Amino acid sequence: MGLRSEKRRHEETHVSAFPDEVLENVLAFVKSHKDRSSASLVCKHWYEVERWSRNSVFIGNCYSLSPEILVKRFPNIRSITLKGKPRFYDFNLVPPDWGADVHSWLVVLAKAYPFLEELRLKRMTVEDESLEFLGQSFPNFKALSLVSCDGFSTDGLAAIASSCRNLEELDLQENGIKDYGGHWLSCFPESFTSMVALNFANLNSEVNFDALERLVTRCKSLKVLKLNRSVSLEQLQRLLVRAPQLTELGTGSFSQDLSLKQYSELEQAFSNCKSIHTLSGLWEVTSLYLPTIYPVCSNLKFLNLSYAGLRSPELARLLESCPNLQCLWVLDTVGDKGLEAVASSCPNLKELRVFPADPHDFDAGGVTEAGLVAVSRGCPTINYILYFCRRMTNEAVSTVAINCPGFTHFRLCILNPYQPDHLTHEPMDEAFGSVARYCPMLQRLSISGLLTDRAFELIGMHAKKLEALSVAFAGSTESGLEYVLRGCLKLRKLEVRDCSFGNASLMSGIERYESMRSLWMSACNVTMSACRCLARERPRLNVEVIREEEGDGTKAEKVYVYRSVAGPRKDCPPFVRTL
Amino acid sequence: MEKARSYEKDLNFEETELRLGLPGCDDSSSLTQKGSKRVFSDTTDDVRSKPSPNCTAQIEREGAPVAKAQVVGWPPVRSSYRKNNLHVTNSMKKTEPEAPGFYVKVSMDGAPYLRKIDLKNYKGYQDLLKALENMFSCFTIGDFAKKEGSKTSEYVPTYEDKDGDWMLVGDVPWEMFIFSCKRLRIMKGSDAIGLGSNASHISSY
Repeated sequence: MGLRSEKRRHEETHVSAFPDEVLENVLAFVKSHKDRSSASLVCKHWYEVERWSRNSVFIGNCYSLSPEILVKRFPNIRSITLKGKPRFYDFNLVPPDWGADVHSWLVVLAKAYPFLEELRLKRMTVEDESLEFLGQSFPNFKALSLVSCDGFSTDGLAAIASSCRNLEELDLQENGIKDYGGHWLSCFPESFTSMVALNFANLNSEVNFDALERLVTRCKSLKVLKLNRSVSLEQLQRLLVRAPQLTELGTGSFSQDLSLKQYSELEQAFSNCKSIHTLSGLWEVTSLYLPTIYPVCSNLKFLNLSYAGLRSPELARLLESCPNLQCLWVLDTVGDKGLEAVASSCPNLKELRVFPADPHDFDAGGVTEAGLVAVSRGCPTINYILYFCRRMTNEAVSTVAINCPGFTHFRLCILNPYQPDHLTHEPMDEAFGSVARYCPMLQRLSISGLLTDRAFELIGMHAKKLEALSVAFAGSTESGLEYVLRGCLKLRKLEVRDCSFGNASLMSGIERYESMRSLWMSACNVTMSACRCLARERPRLNVEVIREEEGDGTKAEKVYVYRSVAGPRKDCPPFVRTL
Repeated sequence: MEKARSYEKDLNFEETELRLGLPGCDDSSSLTQKGSKRVFSDTTDDVRSKPSPNCTAQIEREGAPVAKAQVVGWPPVRSSYRKNNLHVTNSMKKTEPEAPGFYVKVSMDGAPYLRKIDLKNYKGYQDLLKALENMFSCFTIGDFAKKEGSKTSEYVPTYEDKDGDWMLVGDVPWEMFIFSCKRLRIMKGSDAIGLGSNASHISSY
């Protein structure tokens, strides 16, 4: 007995004989959140060292913990990424005023982390008041990124501009901003020179160009500049002349009548920007002015043409100069022919996104299965695809999966719900079965078209690394989702809308939800009693039901299930109920 | 009069009947286009002509009464951030409304609570007024869709338009009305003096 406890003591001291400083140094190289979490589980000592040395934290669901819990565990955080609403909020499935207000977080963070430097928010509600508070509370604040957030206006941005003396990054993407005008940009004081990355493409109103030009001139470290549509070509040229060191550029509007002199000046300005590897904006660009950007094409890694309705000839000519392209976003105006050009010019392409120019026009052309297959032939190392189309076949998708086994993200959106294989009229089950089967590294899958339970059976059978699945208008029986919940053991995020799945599906995941980030099920056949049962069986899950319309009370229209160490939400609006 | 009829025809639901059968169908934007397109007729016809065991389940569901009349958030693309500007010149193209449907609040003077209705559910003014009458029938003994030979109505339907002005319901073509109406207020007849307290022109639509 004594010998055993002595041995145990020896083992304990053997591990903790590692001095803290050494361990801290080693852990400093461990950057990935997953790895740091693993390190913290090794033993109590490692847990302690890890939590003291951690300075960046990623919170995928703001309701999975409380700010108090966060600050208690990690005393020295400099950078926080915080995500709020369920992803279907982007498509109006989550009512406004649902929650995820950042203010309650900021109040706690201001006390615990006065030296906070970075805040990256996604799908949070951010009011102007909160932005003002942020500017006042963190003197060392360096980076603010707001993606898909809402609740704030350009007045809040003005507060940030005037109070954050050391700001290096202001990144606004896809937010619902109340745009009262461009005066906010003029609020950066003349003494302010620290900007490295500025992205205000999200806003529409005109900024004071003189203020912008002066800002760009004095911020010598500026590397990323993404302008909004109100900036003209002439103004762009002036800015490029001031900032030839840019690595990422988002142009303003590309439609302006230029004189020959202005045209060549613009082309010259682009030529002088030898470091640009990312290009976006290009609103209203026409074939007339597109050649001005040719000088930067050979270095381009990421080209975002999703605001430029290019046709295939223009795209083909452009891509001829972009052999090093790794990431391309286009509108489906380029057609299959345009995608053939992608296939022939960009062999190193890793990511392709094809967006619909007219998402609600079901008769418009766009791209088809031919374009997708062409890309798979020309770009075999592609790993990310987002493809909106109006027709697809099982055979095409299978071909694509076989040609490109490296897919990690496969998101296919056939615009008409319930649309079968265009040629055989079969369901699209085999298509996604092939993706699951032939792409062993598949992490994220979005499926569409006519789908029966078979699709889910195949996904559950083969997609062993799948982490995120997005499903709409699918399924043949109540229990089809079982295959996925039982088969895809790495699944973390599951979002389902308008499917046949019901209580059997919901309950089949009862063992899984605590190791997942969240489950969303809306317009399915789930009942309130099943939700109550789930909530009862798993008290560490928050089972929330959103009820917007008066119904008979038995159906659970929108269900959101997520794990949480903070217990039920304390800020539920009247239409959200935690069971 | 003719114009009004053509507006009603554009909102004709028969052409899109197949779509209404599908649970969670989108009607919002395609209905407003002139010469409304038969959105799912191609695909559903294909499905029907080549039935397979898995498809019959779908077809049966198509026939079932639909809970929602519109598909919110489909396709899953945030079009407001990625509008194709080449089509902006086509004035008939309507942008996707922020909220699903054309929900407006309806208040009636003297009623203890308001109601909310979706203007898309009605074919025209007569339809709307009949529905309002039914909705608020517990609060009023008069009727506000004037019938031939009846006395002047006790209540007058008014609405607040995009500019914030209070207008008398029925002056503009129906389609224009549903786009510009922000909220409805059923005013007491006595308050509506000066607006023209009889709403006789509504019956012509």
